[in-house]
Amino acid sequence: MIIAEQKSLEEIKTLVGDAEKVAVIGCGTCVTVCFAGGAREASIVSTSLRMASKLDGKPKQVADYTVQRQCEWEYLDEVAEQVNDADVVVSLGCGIGVQAMVEHFPDAWVVPGLNTTFLGLPTEQGVWAERCAACGDCVLGLTGGICPIARCSKSLLNGPCGGSEAGHCEIDPEIDCAWQLIYDRLASKDKLHVLLDLQPPKNWRTSRDGGPRKIVRQDLRLIPEEE
Amino acid sequence: MTSEPKSNGYHAGSNLERMLRAGHFAATGELGPPQSADGSIIREKAALLKGFVDAVNITDNQTAIVRMSSIGAGTIVVQEGLEPVIQMTCRDRNRLAIQSDLLGAYALGMRNLLCLSGDHQTFGNHPDAKNVFDMDSVQLTQMVTAMRDECVFQCGDAMKGQEPRFFVGAAAAPFADPIDFRPHRLAKKVQAGADFIQTQLVYDIPAFKKYMEKVRELGLHEKTYILAGVGPLKSPGMARYMKNNVPGILVPDEIIDRMTAAGEPWAGKSKDELTKEDKRERSKAWKETGIQICVDLIQQLREIEGVAGTHIMAIEWEEAVEPIVKGAGLYPRPVVDSDQPVPEEASDG
Repeated sequence: MIIAEQKSLEEIKTLVGDAEKVAVIGCGTCVTVCFAGGAREASIVSTSLRMASKLDGKPKQVADYTVQRQCEWEYLDEVAEQVNDADVVVSLGCGIGVQAMVEHFPDAWVVPGLNTTFLGLPTEQGVWAERCAACGDCVLGLTGGICPIARCSKSLLNGPCGGSEAGHCEIDPEIDCAWQLIYDRLASKDKLHVLLDLQPPKNWRTSRDGGPRKIVRQDLRLIPEEE
Repeated sequence: MTSEPKSNGYHAGSNLERMLRAGHFAATGELGPPQSADGSIIREKAALLKGFVDAVNITDNQTAIVRMSSIGAGTIVVQEGLEPVIQMTCRDRNRLAIQSDLLGAYALGMRNLLCLSGDHQTFGNHPDAKNVFDMDSVQLTQMVTAMRDECVFQCGDAMKGQEPRFFVGAAAAPFADPIDFRPHRLAKKVQAGADFIQTQLVYDIPAFKKYMEKVRELGLHEKTYILAGVGPLKSPGMARYMKNNVPGILVPDEIIDRMTAAGEPWAGKSKDELTKEDKRERSKAWKETGIQICVDLIQQLREIEGVAGTHIMAIEWEEAVEPIVKGAGLYPRPVVDSDQPVPEEASDG
């Protein structure tokens, strides 16, 4: 899922500026699960902004709402009135949610309340870790299901650099060496021979490097493109 | 497609290549460019190394700190009559930039190249920078050997004109984890086309012998020239720091003890009790021992089958190279004439 972290209240206050009517919009999907932008967080941000504005001597009207999925337009109509009525909308969705709001409500002024950080999973209560870089050309089949693009600090494809020590990456002892994980996993499956093949330079065109990406599935489109 | 003769069958015909192919025990050094545009520093360092090493590595923003470029500094080194080994990392350049810089490097007279992944930028003085890592060091090695041997760019396009002909090297970290994979990682670099290998610093001879055993088992010593890395220690503190803090470096206690013993006459005195003179003398004693340890290591490494030379890393202490090379019996450096053809038995090196 998409993992995000809340921006500081200071930054959110700056983004809100002088606006008098503020709508904080939470999202009920990924950012709810990672405790960054769900209904609970939307309520806290909303209350905090209200209290802070009172303390600053310029009380604002702040209300919060949460939609099931901010990244799909059809879920946004239920907050249309609140959004269009607000001077500023603080989106507690991920970066996709913010942009979905902007595209769906062109008259509204939407600012982000979160920093979208990575695609990952919770490894324990309160800990999330990156797992996928959305490179568009999955190599997990070559690496025992452990991603060197997202999890090796240098995105190496031909094995560990000289900075792998006791299972961790040289850049931070808190970060696992992805190649140690890959090595151990393949060893446990008696598949180490896979690592002996030279992996050619990656085609990064499928990644962000090829420009903004888009998928068109004609089989699913409701209005097929004209011939 | 080649407009220049292929130097009697040599890949590049560099001094380092000729030396290794002739079967001489090679010695390379290292020169760290300054964090400034001052070329005189390169000239001074080159003067300290000239005549004592067959070629000198010019680091590429080592430890991710901005320095004069390897190719820029290498050009000055060529002018000074010393042969550079250009270091190229994958951290700062994508495949376009690497290839274009290497075309320029060849045109400027560089003939040796070392392919590296590169230290991560978080270690350096621009930790906020975006890194590149478009390729890794194995892919880089493969790309530059294909540019040389097949006259093609990485995309597959044929080169129209002179191809860059480098004697291509790669690095090896024999003691980094996962340690059992290290000889195989070396095999991949050899398969990618590495003509020579420079290893991370070796202090632990038994551990390195074990690594070399596996390397010989894989037959890699017959396909590439392995230069074992050594470096003089400046103090027991430096030895301990490397043992405890630098991944992939093993420093046996006996070497730390030897360094500590060198400072024995000043032991037991607190920092305040030591005069400036004491500190200078102690540092001198440490450095002399550090150089002697380095000499002893080279002599032991030379005895290991499959070790074709030594890479002496004395960055910011280039003065140490002369006594090390002389002490190890590697001076004067042999001269292999550039007209001399590749010796038969080594021509497949």
